[in-house]
Amino acid sequence: MDRFARLLTDLIYTRARNGKLALLADYLRDVPDPDRGWALAGLTGEIDFPAIKAGIVRALIQERVDPVLFALSRDFVGDTAETVSLMWPAPTGPVRGAPGVSEAVALLASASRGTAKAVLAGLLDRLDEDGRFALLKLATGELRIGVSARLAKTAFAQAFGVALDEVEELWHAMRPPYAELFAWATGAAPKPDISMVPVFRPFMLANPLEDEVIDLKEYAAEWKWDGIRIQIVSAGGATRLFSRGGEDITESFPDVAEAFDHEGVLDGELLVRGTHQGGGAASFNALQQRLGRKTVPGSLLTAYPAFVRLYDILLDGADDLRRLPWSARRARLEGIAQRLDRSSFDISALIEAETFEALAELRAQARETDIEGVMLKRRDSAYEPGRKAGLWFKWKREPLTADCVLMYAQRGSGKRSSLYSDYTFGCWTAPEAEGGVLLPVGKAYSGFSDEELKWLDSFVRKQTTGRFGPVREVEKSLVLEVAFDAVNPSTRHKSGIAMRFPRISRIRRDKPANEADLIETLRRMTAAGAKAGDASKPQPN
Amino acid sequence: MPTGPETPRWIKAEREGLHLPTIGWWIDPSRAVANALVTHGHADHARGGHGEVWATAATRDIIDLRYGKPPGGGDVAYGECIEIGDSITATFLPAGHVLGSAQILLERQGERIIVTGDYKRRPDPTCAPFTPAPCDILITEATFALPIFTHPPIEREIARLRAGRDANPDRTILVGAYALGKAQRVIAELRRSGYHETIWLHGAMTAMCDLYQRHGVALGPLAPVSETPRGDLKGQIVICPPSALNSVWARRLPDPVNAVASGWMRVRQRAVQSNVELPLIISDHCDWNELTATILEVAPQETWITHGREDALLHWCAMRQIRARALDLVGREDEDEAA
Repeated sequence: MDRFARLLTDLIYTRARNGKLALLADYLRDVPDPDRGWALAGLTGEIDFPAIKAGIVRALIQERVDPVLFALSRDFVGDTAETVSLMWPAPTGPVRGAPGVSEAVALLASASRGTAKAVLAGLLDRLDEDGRFALLKLATGELRIGVSARLAKTAFAQAFGVALDEVEELWHAMRPPYAELFAWATGAAPKPDISMVPVFRPFMLANPLEDEVIDLKEYAAEWKWDGIRIQIVSAGGATRLFSRGGEDITESFPDVAEAFDHEGVLDGELLVRGTHQGGGAASFNALQQRLGRKTVPGSLLTAYPAFVRLYDILLDGADDLRRLPWSARRARLEGIAQRLDRSSFDISALIEAETFEALAELRAQARETDIEGVMLKRRDSAYEPGRKAGLWFKWKREPLTADCVLMYAQRGSGKRSSLYSDYTFGCWTAPEAEGGVLLPVGKAYSGFSDEELKWLDSFVRKQTTGRFGPVREVEKSLVLEVAFDAVNPSTRHKSGIAMRFPRISRIRRDKPANEADLIETLRRMTAAGAKAGDASKPQPN
Repeated sequence: MPTGPETPRWIKAEREGLHLPTIGWWIDPSRAVANALVTHGHADHARGGHGEVWATAATRDIIDLRYGKPPGGGDVAYGECIEIGDSITATFLPAGHVLGSAQILLERQGERIIVTGDYKRRPDPTCAPFTPAPCDILITEATFALPIFTHPPIEREIARLRAGRDANPDRTILVGAYALGKAQRVIAELRRSGYHETIWLHGAMTAMCDLYQRHGVALGPLAPVSETPRGDLKGQIVICPPSALNSVWARRLPDPVNAVASGWMRVRQRAVQSNVELPLIISDHCDWNELTATILEVAPQETWITHGREDALLHWCAMRQIRARALDLVGREDEDEAA
């Protein structure tokens, strides 16, 4: 446990991603099986001790220290595990030495509701402060130390010089403590066979199209749909749906999983059919209604029926097609799509355009809310995991822009921790001359150059008018041109709207703050606002 | 206000400090007054603008450095007793907090009141050790008065600082430490651990380090950062005020490792929030066990608790039937805690 505790402590105080990766890789290399496997499971959130609940930890400490002193300390520290690790009294009798990670995991796993307190107390007695902190984090499954599952897997790949894509692919077929995975990575065993398990394969991703002109003889074009990119995997009689990060979202979309009856791995966009929109694909907002649900009520299945618009095929049965050119995979996909349930699956149609200029014209005219832009795929491209240059491009629609006023700023994290780099900006409720005030409409921390960042940082420092913890309020004088992909209505924000992907596109030092945009202007950019705008033409009373 | 008959009428706790109303004197007042007794030089205890300032020679030197020479008053040696009127005497006893820091023992007609100021019980090579003395009323600080605060041995923290330096030969180890007290203690403890290389100072540190050395505290070779090519500071230890850690000034150093020497570093989230990579739990205050042990050792009839987390200490006293009350004094925070 000492080594794992040291790892957690070091990770907490290391901000740089590369520093975290190095710490994790050292740990995974140095520590033997099965400790490292259990630690990896803890870091990736794949470990659960049903008998250990947060309430047990609180009950334990209150039996040992004055509850008032605990409550005051907990308020100050803000984290129960840390407070308990700092306050746990030294054991009165002799205790055995510190447990290893595996021993601790075995004891926690074997605990029942009746024995959980005794098991946990016995372990805490054998550990020092850092060890107690690590144990409690592991036991309650709430690490919150700034390490994502993806980062832990990346570190695994780096530690053993294996491909991250392969780790990702095998990962979903493995169970803690991942003995097979370590055996393969260290060269002690061949790669595990996962052909009969429905597991996630890493996605092929697109790069943004900058100023290139694309030859449509080499590249096929299709619409980029504004839904959730998903992978449907069916193997060994089971079907799973995975999001872009490899998260299993089958439970939220059982209708789609049940309708899929073809062994293989398909890539597509999950969309919701909005009946109110004439049977077409509804907006991303409708899809949000379905996301993140463990069980889906029948009413939602009817109101927001989900379907998949297919993009690509990775495996057909056990036949791995990823090395084939896109055109061959597309032909195969078209054949399969015809045999699938039409109400749950269709194929993303290719855009017919003779020239790049004609395509640009089509892209400019597309106004459907569910179209984000155009995808361009090299006709001879293999299905390569990640973002390989020159194979696939995404060509998003021109962003919308608005002139907003800088209101608040906050320091960034990591490299930017000494700079005010997170900006909250607002628009006017009415023209300032008519008594309008600024309300925040969004927050952005990208889009500017390093030079612009320095300038903005110094602006914030010089123009601070108030401080609220880490947040600085600034003189409302600076206009920022903000670019964003869409505006949606929002009940969470006072302004009633929320921007999608806002970023700073220009600093408008030339523009006075009272000439920034009105919130009403943004509201008209929402789909609902556009309609309401048409209907609410001035009418005689 | 406490109601017990033994509460003397010649001392009163006011928002601005402890007041001796029969003679109009104050102890550590937060506004300018005619006559002040000052426990030590930190800004929340020593202010400029007083008429007479009675304090140890080192504390008066610190006040002189920071605010200019007080027009009146005088130096008081440890153990020395001065008469200040209305039969009240004041005796200065070492508090072990920083150079010159004192507890002030006030006596009148057999009644004894000790104002600890800030204090600690651990050895510190830069100042005289705390001397416990019996009293009727103990007026104690409570900066770290929560049971989560138990300071580790300083040797362990200095070893971690040196290990951090050895592990990062291409980076500056930038230690945020209060300019008065903490900085010199860290330097002196580094020397005691056998570290004899030059230690580099932020400009705000130089004058105070000079003052310590004039008072006989050896700090070894020191040099200002400002006169050094930045590249030469790789693998070097630089000491700066905590507020300079994330400043434009710090950005010019070679990829600094942010360290902070403070008792607050005991709490991980505190350290992470202040962007600290190498937290050093080094405090010039008592930890929880030392505060409670001091109350038991001095065994006053009544304990008054000033700045800090007085709730926990009040509760602890109540559970042991120790008479205690919290004082509501303004502006008592750790100097430069904002970092």
